[in-house]
Amino acid sequence: MLAGVIHQIMSGIATGGIYASVALALVMIYQATHHVNFAQGEMATFSTYIALACINAGFPYWVALLIAVVFSFVVGVAIERILMRPLANAPILASVGVFIGLLLIINSLSGWFFDYTIKQFPSPFPDHPMLGGYLSGHELGSTAVTLIVLISVYLFFRHTKLGLAMRAAAFNPTSSRLVGVRVGWMLALGWGLAAGIGAIAGCMVAPVVFLDPNMMAGILLYAFAGALLGGIDNPLGAVLGGFAVGVIENLGGAYLVGTELKLSLALVIIVAVLTIKPTGLMGRRVYSRV
Amino acid sequence: MTNLLEARGLRAAYGETRVLHGIDFAVRQGGVTALLGANGAGKTTTLRAICGLVRTQGEITLGDKRIDGMPTEDIVRLGVAHVPEGRGTFMELTVEENMRLGAYTRPARETTDDFEHMFSYFPRLKERYRQQAGTLSGGEQQMLAIVRALLLRPRLLLLDEPSFGLAPLIVQEIFRILARIKQDAGVSILLVEQNAAIALEFAEDAYVLETGRIVMAGSSAEISQDEGIRRSYLGY
Repeated sequence: MLAGVIHQIMSGIATGGIYASVALALVMIYQATHHVNFAQGEMATFSTYIALACINAGFPYWVALLIAVVFSFVVGVAIERILMRPLANAPILASVGVFIGLLLIINSLSGWFFDYTIKQFPSPFPDHPMLGGYLSGHELGSTAVTLIVLISVYLFFRHTKLGLAMRAAAFNPTSSRLVGVRVGWMLALGWGLAAGIGAIAGCMVAPVVFLDPNMMAGILLYAFAGALLGGIDNPLGAVLGGFAVGVIENLGGAYLVGTELKLSLALVIIVAVLTIKPTGLMGRRVYSRV
Repeated sequence: MTNLLEARGLRAAYGETRVLHGIDFAVRQGGVTALLGANGAGKTTTLRAICGLVRTQGEITLGDKRIDGMPTEDIVRLGVAHVPEGRGTFMELTVEENMRLGAYTRPARETTDDFEHMFSYFPRLKERYRQQAGTLSGGEQQMLAIVRALLLRPRLLLLDEPSFGLAPLIVQEIFRILARIKQDAGVSILLVEQNAAIALEFAEDAYVLETGRIVMAGSSAEISQDEGIRRSYLGY
């Protein structure tokens, strides 16, 4: 029994890492635009197809992943520049409309280019169990990749000039312009980074859930629940929330509601957070004095 | 003395609401010019117009360069620093990060000495260096806003009501330091103030704005001696 629980928690952390990455991508866009990009999941799915196409074309796994990340980054930047930019001062519903449109279009493009059949996606990690049988090689490897991504993103935002400028642009666009930050490009970079993170998350989860155009739909829901749980305006909170949702999902699926109803746990979390503590557990409290 | 900034026939509007109806003014190289007037006269809008934060018509030149119609970021890079209404503090970031953003357009190695130099003006910011800027008092935030602007190494400093909401003692302290900064840095200043007495004391030239038009221009001495202007616009 105890071994089973530990096993569920460990693999919960492994899938939680995926949710954490996608939650971080959601938060990055949310901080800049104050909207949740519902197309984040479909963008990641499309990126995963690009990686698969590169692998099938004979590129080594990590090169294919890199190509997919760079491709996603460029597409993310382009989406902000071309689609979101003109809507900077538009009402909220206009942005939401674009997000939903993107979701449908990218989903259809995935199906159109790569067809709707479910595909296997390779894992670069060994196939045998690790850590005394508690985790598969892929679970351990993907958790490591996720942690590397999350830590790099953290270091980038904390310790580089560009990262500081991106945070400033999200918090206070006018003041940022007044110190010479090119705010429009910072927002576009944010989209690019979010798309790149999504690409890695997609490639890490695809070997487990298999690749099809709707692969990320459920994952986006878990990630959204994680982001809300931790605080949609707090990157660290969202990441921890993502991991927490992974563990809750696994334990709940194994001992509470069964695997068929796991996704409803995400909805329960979303509704519970929104009714009980809308700012999330670690939602930002900004101190301000006048 | 030559003019650093000149505006001719400057108009500005927020949507349908016209705020400036064609005003002419100048800031002399190394000088301090004050813009005075009641609430809603268009003082803040004038500063926003110079920085390209509001849509304008008319001509604005900085040195020999036309800056009207340029994006804000490019105007800033030409050496125009704006301490905006409400101070524009990055509340979520630390004092240090606010200062690093002020120096954003300059290479990091150039600015280390500047930070120390700023602390010599405002020692209190050094004590608060690692603190979230939102926790600072109003006076400290005003100091931080001035430091953020100075770290750009501006040729022109636009100050929007540095006295706003501050206790008289703090206001005096800030203007004392501004006078020192002006001497040390040789920066030209365009000052918007409701507190006409303190502004006329600090500035050499002044303009009086009324509902988007300039009703008087001259040296600070002339304007503070004009009984009519003083009664109707300056309120003291």
